[in-house]
Order: sequence, then structure tokens, then C-alpha cells
Amino acid sequence: MFIEILDAISRYSIPVVFVGIVAYGLIKKVKVYEAFTEGAKEGFNTAVRIIPFLVAMLVAIGVFRASGAMDLLTKALSPITSVLGIPSETLPMAFMRPLSGGGAQGVMTEIINTHGPDSLIGRTVAVMMGSTETTFYVLAVYYGSVAIKKTRHALPAGLLADLAGLLTAIYISKIFFG
Amino acid sequence: MINYIWAALIVIGFVVGAINGNIQEVTDAAIENAETAVNIALGLIGVMTLWLGIMKVAEDAGLVQKLANLIKPITTRLFPDVPADHPAMGAIIMNFAANILGLGNAATPLGLKAMQELQKLNDKKDTATDAMVMFLAINTSSLTVIPATTIGILSAAGGTNPTNIIGPTLIATTTSTVVAIIAAKMLEKMPRYRIEYENMKNK
Repeated sequence: MFIEILDAISRYSIPVVFVGIVAYGLIKKVKVYEAFTEGAKEGFNTAVRIIPFLVAMLVAIGVFRASGAMDLLTKALSPITSVLGIPSETLPMAFMRPLSGGGAQGVMTEIINTHGPDSLIGRTVAVMMGSTETTFYVLAVYYGSVAIKKTRHALPAGLLADLAGLLTAIYISKIFFG
Repeated sequence: MINYIWAALIVIGFVVGAINGNIQEVTDAAIENAETAVNIALGLIGVMTLWLGIMKVAEDAGLVQKLANLIKPITTRLFPDVPADHPAMGAIIMNFAANILGLGNAATPLGLKAMQELQKLNDKKDTATDAMVMFLAINTSSLTVIPATTIGILSAAGGTNPTNIIGPTLIATTTSTVVAIIAAKMLEKMPRYRIEYENMKNK
């Protein structure tokens, strides 16, 4: 029942936004077609401008993932993290989440299928998925679109937020599902 | 920081790949991901164009301004350097709204529009402003209220009650957003990250 409502929301939200904005524009006597094309003409350049930033970021992340360095990192850190009450099964998810959205979704799906969707570990990684965003991707795309090279404190702030979100996800799941 | 992390990912990746004996896979991954990056960017052209067009209609109709006024008390505190009636504020709010509603396709184009507007207020074009960092920190912390895709994956795997992750997810993502805001505010004043405006008149 709830899933059906969610489904309906995700299916209708974009149509509602589209129709709402265009209809409101008409009421306000906006030349909607002309306004649309005027705004839309920047789309191409913006998308193309991101390419160098996105290539730099995704290549570095791809190299790191393919090398198996993630497993080494997980193994090296698991004695420390187990003291903190973090299940070692969730570590790959914690490292992948800030780096790659698609990668994290892959890791999550695999863990859910291995441990079961109703297991504590399975639910924990599901909560971790939604606890934060893909920091490296967001930085590359957003800064890239305006050619900002000096990113200042965006990365430390983003990573601190990731850490806080992921840790909260792990501990709160224990309380809710443990 | 970003330079070191980027270099570390590449150097560690290739060195570990060589030790593990899968250097060929690592090289393939580099080339494959370069292609993926271009495909993602090119794939954005369509939605980007679409949402920038819709955004312009909403702007001309005064809808963006209305929305901006509605949550002005919050946004003027988060972005003190951005005038409340500047188009950047409208775009920022549209991006937040798209994120909260889970409209992933719309969030990125609207976010990039916000970055372009923020760039107009920037004196040093290659350096991020405080407002940009705050905007990005909030975006990297995720604002999505209902993790629809994840619920779908749990459900497909045979989960009995997949929607019960919504509550914990909300708590976790609220924590990350609060930490993002505090971190951005605290770090912006640190000598390491502060912008030096020695030649600028207005600061």
C-alpha cells in the first residue's frame, strides 16, 4: 500500500511540476514557448563544460576500485572499526558511498542479496545509501560547470558530512533493527 | 586537499593493481571510466536543456521569486553574501526542492544553474565562494526524504517491510546535512581556507 503511494508520487511529481509551471506561466501572461527556448539554450554548453572534471574524477575512482585497494583498506581498518561497533561487512559501503553513487548502489545490492533484505546488515547498508550523497561526483560536476579549480573547504566539509551520516546510519540501524 | 586525494586514488590504484597482478583491469577501468564520464555529461544535455527551459518559464512567471520569499529566513542565514532577491537564491531553492522531492534528474540541472548564478557574484572566478561551498556541502549531504530506489531494491530482494528504512534514513541524512552546514560555516573562517581579498575593493 505504502509502496504504491510512493510509486504514484514518483510517477506524478514531474508531470505535476511541468504542468503547474507552464499553466502558471500562461496565467501570468508569460510567452512560455519563448521563455523556455531562451532558458534552454545554455543546456548544451553547461553539460559539455563538465567533461574534463568528470573524466578526472571518474578515472581516479575507477582505477582505485578496479585495483582491489578497497579490500586492502577494509582489511586494514576493520580492527579499529570493530572497536567502534561498526560491522566490518558495512565498511565497503562506507568507503564507496562518497566516491561513486552507482558503485555504492552495486555494493548495497550485493550485500542485501548476501545477507538478506530483512537482516540487520542489509538494512544498515540501505540506510547508509540514503544517509548522504556522492561527494566526489557532486564536487566534480558542480564546480566543473563554472570552471572553479580552487575548491576550498568543500571537500573536507562534504567528507565530514559523509562521516556523520554514515556513522549515524550504522548506529541508528542498530537501535531500530538490532 | 582535492589534489592529494585525486593523486592518491590514481597512484594507490595502479600500485596495488601491479602488486595484485591485475594491472590490465586497472588500465581498462581507467579508459572505460573516461568514456563513462563523457557519456554521463552528454546524457545530461537533454535534461539540462529541458530543466533550464522550465526554470526560465517559472522565473518569468515570478514563481521562483515567490518560492524564494517563502523560505527567506533560512536562506539568508545560510547564504549571507547572496542578496535575497538575486536569481541565485531562486535556483538554490529550486535545487533543494528537487532534491527533497527525489527528482534526481531535475536536481543536477537546477544545481548547475545555481552555480552559474553564484559565479556572477564571484570576484575570483577560479576560486569557490563561501556561498558555493555551503551550497555544495548541503548537496553532498543528501536532502532526499524518501529513498525510493533503495526501497525498490529491498523490495525486489524480497524484503518484508522495506519502507521501515525511511525513519532511520531521515535521521541519518538530517545529521549529515546539519554537520555539512556547521562544517562549512566553521571551516570558511580558517586561515587555510579563507579567501584573501587583498586586491578586492568590496571586502
